[in-house]
Amino acid sequence: MINLTVNGVQHALDIDPSTPLLYALRNDLQLHGAKFGCGLGQCGACTVIVDGEAVFSCLVPVSSIGKRPVRTIESLGTIEHPGPLQKAFINHQAAQCGYCIAGMIMRAQALLDRNPRPTERELLEHMEPNLCRCGTHTRILAAIREVAHLPAGDATAPTPQRTASQGGAQ
Amino acid sequence: MTRKSRLLAGGGVVVVAALAVAFLLMWKPAIAPVDPPAPASFDAQTRLAGARVVALGDCIVCHTAKGGKPFAGGLPLATPFGTIYATNITPDLETGIGNWSLEAFMRALRHGVARDGHLLYPAFPYIHFTRMSDGDISAAYAYLMTREPVNAVAPANELIFPLNFRPLLAFWNVLFLHPGVQQPDASKDADWNRGKLLVDGLGHCASCHSPLNLIGGEKSGHAFDGGVVDGWEAPALNALGAAPRPWTQDQLVAYLRSGRASEHGAAAGPMLPVTRDLATVPEEDVQAIATYVLSIQKAQPVAANVSTAAQGGSSPEAQRGATLFAASCAQCHGPAAPMQSIGERPTLAFSTAVNAATPRNAIQMMLSGNGWHGEDSENYMPAFSQIYDDQQIADLAAYIRATYSQRGPWQDVETTAVRLRKENNAR
Repeated sequence: MINLTVNGVQHALDIDPSTPLLYALRNDLQLHGAKFGCGLGQCGACTVIVDGEAVFSCLVPVSSIGKRPVRTIESLGTIEHPGPLQKAFINHQAAQCGYCIAGMIMRAQALLDRNPRPTERELLEHMEPNLCRCGTHTRILAAIREVAHLPAGDATAPTPQRTASQGGAQ
Repeated sequence: MTRKSRLLAGGGVVVVAALAVAFLLMWKPAIAPVDPPAPASFDAQTRLAGARVVALGDCIVCHTAKGGKPFAGGLPLATPFGTIYATNITPDLETGIGNWSLEAFMRALRHGVARDGHLLYPAFPYIHFTRMSDGDISAAYAYLMTREPVNAVAPANELIFPLNFRPLLAFWNVLFLHPGVQQPDASKDADWNRGKLLVDGLGHCASCHSPLNLIGGEKSGHAFDGGVVDGWEAPALNALGAAPRPWTQDQLVAYLRSGRASEHGAAAGPMLPVTRDLATVPEEDVQAIATYVLSIQKAQPVAANVSTAAQGGSSPEAQRGATLFAASCAQCHGPAAPMQSIGERPTLAFSTAVNAATPRNAIQMMLSGNGWHGEDSENYMPAFSQIYDDQQIADLAAYIRATYSQRGPWQDVETTAVRLRKENNAR
């Protein structure tokens, strides 16, 4: 039996000890926020937080987690009550196709949990492992900057327009 | 004069003479500062030649801090004697080498003396650069003096007493510095001679790939026997035939220019930036390096640690490691992984790190991985230091060694993992 503590809830799963954490989250616990991207630790779509660290859940076997608590995007808020990062991502319209977003938010959350006021350089270095194929990195970073109390950054970066149609063509 | 006073006088003369010699050794005059030469005073051809020299010398690797401006210094180098910070070699007047004449620059490279006369620490490989030709030094000067000046002061060195007293370096230099341009060996061809000049001089390969003695000099008679730098093993360069598949000239050239060799593995740690530099120089230079390196091979004794006994991953460590490997490593390193079938990456069975005498580089690779470097993501591997504890790293090492190498098990793997992780965190 594999014991996992995910978002504060304990689970006992009868699965192969070499199962990647991502598969356990998605297939056994029905937590579909974290995505399978490359399966090689190259894209970050599967990022979750294990004991305070952002990790690629596609590369971590469930048997290696032990007592370390796992947090996924489902712990940050709900559709009705999104958490601060989720709210900022919506305000900045940071998602294009959305596939990378759960991983992006969890990596950012790991940084802000440890250091609520990172510098711009710390932010960029920390976010480097996660990729967005649609190329919305500038909006993703703008959203994180808002929560991290950082200046808006590049003046040419899109500014949030709450009145614009949500998710519409821009 | 009594006998006693004569003895005293004689002794006095010896002491005074010794002091005079010591003073002459330790004291170097300043070379007058100059106005920074105008960039236009160097012709384009010389600057271009200088770019090649500076790349072959890997100057930028040590003289650039993480995230810092090129050549502006500040990179810490951990030595057994404390931490030394690389200096600013941009042409900044106040903090760089802006007021150094060519004469001062040449003396620094040939003798390890700064423009103002203070002795430089041998972390700066002047004992190798002294072999360079006047032309190469002048070209490097032209290139560096036409870089963007950066005003940046390197942090103060943190060295133990008495090594923080620079004049003592004069005695170190008596032992280890043998100044002089390399004289070509007429019995060898031009390619070999060029290679020797690049390996022994400009490229200063022996600085990392040789064991150091107690006072930080390269051990006499052990050049290229392999060393340790920044926590990584710099493998022996004179035992390339001992690899599971002996290195060939083509593989060496490919490795040095791309950071990857079929049948051996990928450059990592401090070697990775060296290969990025060598990717920018003409191929003939790298061919020459490979020619010379292949000519210095020592006859190999039959490797003692090759085990003919059946390996197999039956130990409890290796069994635990197999589970971790299946989830974390097999996607790329497993037999059917696309990285090997499509990407033509070598199997771990040929890996230099997996077949090494110690688990050092295998552990370092698992802990640190090979990070992104802008668009250059060729040899990327994620770091596992945050995912695995020391025992899990040791389990993985035991499994990989037992499964992929014909050589006997490594010793003290977990204690090595503990130590390397601690050292990496302190760096």
